[in-house]
Amino acid sequence: MITTKGLTKVYRSRGREVTALDGVDLHVREGEVYGVVGQSGAGKSTLIRCVNLLERPSSGTVTVAGQDLTALAGRGPRANAELRKARSRIGMVFQHFNLLSSRTVQSNIELPLEILGVSGQERSRKALELLDLVGLADKAKAYPAQLSGGQKQRVGIARALAGDPKVLLSDESTSALDPETTRSILQLLRDLNRQLGLTILLITHEMEVVKTICDSAALMKGGRVVEHGTVSELLATPGSELAAELFPVGGEPSGPDRTVVDVTFHGEAATQPVISQLSRTYNIDISILGAAMDTVCGKQVGRMRIELPGRFEENVVPIGFLREQGLQVDVAPVNDPAPADKSLKEGAK
Amino acid sequence: MTWSEMQPLLRDACLDTLFMVWWSTVYAIIGGLPLGILLVLTDRGALLQNVVVNKVLGAIVNLGRSLPFIILLVWLIPFSRFVVGTSIGPSAAVVALAIGAIPFFARLVETAVREVDHGLVEAAQSMGGGTWTVVLKVLLPQALPSVVAGLTTTVIALIGYSAMAGAVGGGGLGNLAIAYGFQRHETGLMNITIVLLIVIVTVVQLLGDLVVRRLAARGSRQAAPVGLRRLRRTAVPAQRKPEAAARSAVAPASAEDVPDGS
Repeated sequence: MITTKGLTKVYRSRGREVTALDGVDLHVREGEVYGVVGQSGAGKSTLIRCVNLLERPSSGTVTVAGQDLTALAGRGPRANAELRKARSRIGMVFQHFNLLSSRTVQSNIELPLEILGVSGQERSRKALELLDLVGLADKAKAYPAQLSGGQKQRVGIARALAGDPKVLLSDESTSALDPETTRSILQLLRDLNRQLGLTILLITHEMEVVKTICDSAALMKGGRVVEHGTVSELLATPGSELAAELFPVGGEPSGPDRTVVDVTFHGEAATQPVISQLSRTYNIDISILGAAMDTVCGKQVGRMRIELPGRFEENVVPIGFLREQGLQVDVAPVNDPAPADKSLKEGAK
Repeated sequence: MTWSEMQPLLRDACLDTLFMVWWSTVYAIIGGLPLGILLVLTDRGALLQNVVVNKVLGAIVNLGRSLPFIILLVWLIPFSRFVVGTSIGPSAAVVALAIGAIPFFARLVETAVREVDHGLVEAAQSMGGGTWTVVLKVLLPQALPSVVAGLTTTVIALIGYSAMAGAVGGGGLGNLAIAYGFQRHETGLMNITIVLLIVIVTVVQLLGDLVVRRLAARGSRQAAPVGLRRLRRTAVPAQRKPEAAARSAVAPASAEDVPDGS
């Protein structure tokens, strides 16, 4: 649905060059929620602005719904009619909502319809319908300043949906909201994704957002995508930084002669209560040192760090059992408790 | 000089002053509003980025702003004669007043439009809006309270300028004060003129403030007088659900405190 190829953006100011994007290849499938995460300054904002060409990429192509936007754009800095038409079919939601304080909620949602040249009656019918969809039917005549942050973002989402887009871009849409409101906005985005088949590309610096609603994710660093894939693919990738961030596990062995392993739950296999099965089958005591688990669609997804008694050689059979269940088992990167190693490890992080 | 002698003089002078201020304000809006918007739009990184046009417009505005009005007035005498056929009287003064007010108002419009959050422009662009959409539906409506405040300042400056125009035969209250009050030592008339000017300026300022407050009311939390009136009429005690109200009490602060980041 959204494909970028070799997307590069270089800012030039006073002879200095800053590379914000450095050859980004991104592929967002139709109907999925795709999250791009990274530190501030990693180029996420530039990336999402390049998708609807609010920023002109220095090189590379952007294709949305089969239409090559970079080819449409032409040479000049101003957007031509074709590009504007294409943009009207891509919804965008902003961190700071960007609602017009001079207009009522309803009138804000009508703005994109005015731009599209929709007649007055049709506009207000559509606006009220969208307000109902985002659960703010009673706020049509209010002004944005009278709403809470979460309500404002709902208006922002309703406005982004006014042009019946197939694609929604979300630029840190929950970063200005408190955790509870964030959850309700994410729930709304998830519902819209399911009900309308909306493809959502979102950028965020909150792992929680990716964990909550994303089907796929990419990690950006210094203008490059360093990791990408579906959430379970990422989990299955040994040493994946994104998976470690999404499902962080920690914990040191409680004593010498213990085996510490990280068990990754993903895919079909993760429906069985494997840990208790393991314990009963081999009559061993297992302690859980740390775990980051979620249940998504009845399946357990996440990672767990467990400790088995005895050295690794003694635990080959139980570990084999876990692997047989379709779980991914890695010996955890922990050493025998020694202060020097600890500081070394933290330095490496 | 008796009151009955003063009355027709005062009435005519008042009408002349209002005539000059009204028409020069109209021209100041016609000229200054587009000029101010163009100054913003042609700036670096803006929608119609054009360094040459921006520099030229900026230079013209600065030229108009740097001349003291009394000098502009004298300097423009030949031009006024060319435009309205005479260099004396309120009509001739309007030419100089308008030319003095256009750059003044343009700068105020520029400042007001620059204040509009760039995110709003971005939002309009993301909906497929072009330059006209951005100007007419975003920049102007959002800047309107500041523009009206600027207009109030401009009108008051014009009232002052129009009194100066009296010095070179422009007519109006300024002329009256100089010709009768100063040159003929009619102190009473002078004082009445001053009171009249104070009254006019005060009324303009009050009106301007009222309009600005009405416009800005839409943006503030408690406001929306229309909604309030309707609320009272229909006597609905609480439209907000309790939990929504609780949320709105907490959330906006957190939303507005976050500075504009990447």
